[in-house]
Amino acid sequence: MAIFSVYVVNKAGGLIYQHDSYAPRAEAEKTFSYPLDLLLKLHDERVLVAFGQRDGIRVGHAVLAINGTDVNGKYTADGKEVLEYLGNPANYPVSIRFGRPRLTSNEKLMLASMFHSLFAIGSQLSPEQGSSGIEMLETDTFKLHCFQTLTGIKFVVLADPRQAGIDSLLRKIYEIYSDFALKNPFYSLEMPIRCELFDQNLKLALEVAEKAGTFGPGS
Amino acid sequence: MSRPVPRRPEYHKINRDLLVLTYGALVAQLCKDYEKDEDVNKYLDKMGYGIGTRLVEDFLARSCVRRCHSYSEITHIIAEMNVLFPLPPTCPVTGRDCVDAPAFATAPFIHIFQASSHKNQPQVLLILLQSQQVAFKMYLGVTPSVTCNNSSKNEFSLILDKNPLSEFVEELPAGRSSLCYCNLLCGIIRGALEMVHLAVDVMFLQDRLKGDSVTEIGITFLKQPEKKKYRRRK
Repeated sequence: MAIFSVYVVNKAGGLIYQHDSYAPRAEAEKTFSYPLDLLLKLHDERVLVAFGQRDGIRVGHAVLAINGTDVNGKYTADGKEVLEYLGNPANYPVSIRFGRPRLTSNEKLMLASMFHSLFAIGSQLSPEQGSSGIEMLETDTFKLHCFQTLTGIKFVVLADPRQAGIDSLLRKIYEIYSDFALKNPFYSLEMPIRCELFDQNLKLALEVAEKAGTFGPGS
Repeated sequence: MSRPVPRRPEYHKINRDLLVLTYGALVAQLCKDYEKDEDVNKYLDKMGYGIGTRLVEDFLARSCVRRCHSYSEITHIIAEMNVLFPLPPTCPVTGRDCVDAPAFATAPFIHIFQASSHKNQPQVLLILLQSQQVAFKMYLGVTPSVTCNNSSKNEFSLILDKNPLSEFVEELPAGRSSLCYCNLLCGIIRGALEMVHLAVDVMFLQDRLKGDSVTEIGITFLKQPEKKKYRRRK
């Protein structure tokens, strides 16, 4: 998937819509025997690897599943604490799946508001009057494209650096927003968007953009 | 940066009569619900405000307007848009014109200069109203003419020779002489402009239904209150 996620931020900086379409990330599942040669730590309600990087399991990866059942934060599916469970030699051998933790919705909210503030700072720093604000943020693994409408709503798309045609995708998302979110009589302005038609049409637009756009090696 | 490719809007057109008759039914119902004309006018304005706040996004999304930095650029865009949105086709069944489905009045084109320099203000506002002409054409199929009313250049009028919304209205009902039949339009203009940070006062100056020769909508741009600058803490 070349387009990773779409965020819609309202005038006040609050996230009103978010859509992810990640490719499955590198995850490693391995069977361990007691004692565990990785050091695990509880951080931010998640169990993370603090030391002992090996074989695809890196520092910062979270425990995603134990013995095939997904882990819920710091508790297993049965309600036991993960660290306690793994400290007990009677539970071994155990199969643990590690991987990069996904962002929770609170974290996404926070990141969206932070981006909103950075955007505002960016427009003010401009030496010329009437700057458009941050349009693109480029890194080696992704590009963040942002389009702010004249009314203050921001559409943010994170995509593969080689993906082309994101500008027209942003305009298309604006049209879809004006058609399916704003014309829905039950939708109040500036509130989170919970419109099925909006979701459906957005996914369709993303698919079209992906097929049309990537010009990278091997495509 | 390359210019955005202008594209034809892909949205439904509906029969104009349906729209006009629905609006008439709406006003008739409001008249039944409220005895006073002022109340009806007020509610029409309120409804229009709600429509305007949403319609402006539709207009901006479909009209490919971008931030303009010069007078000539703006007029160029407006001219381009006039080419892109030709007059609506006529319906083969009734022979009447079709209008666009998304709510039925204007969404002004906005944001030319961000109210930055006062001396540009008059030009800005004139352009703003020229773009309202485009929007009128886009949504209602008629183009009003723009005039400037006073020397300080913050009062303008849109003059409509024929008002499509009151096509089937012969005359205002007895006892409803101060009813502004198309007050929805005023609300829409006000709502749309407010979404792009321009405070306006909109009212009907002349109304064909009340015996005047044309329908005139007056728009007064109110001065923006100065934003407070951040104060340093002592």
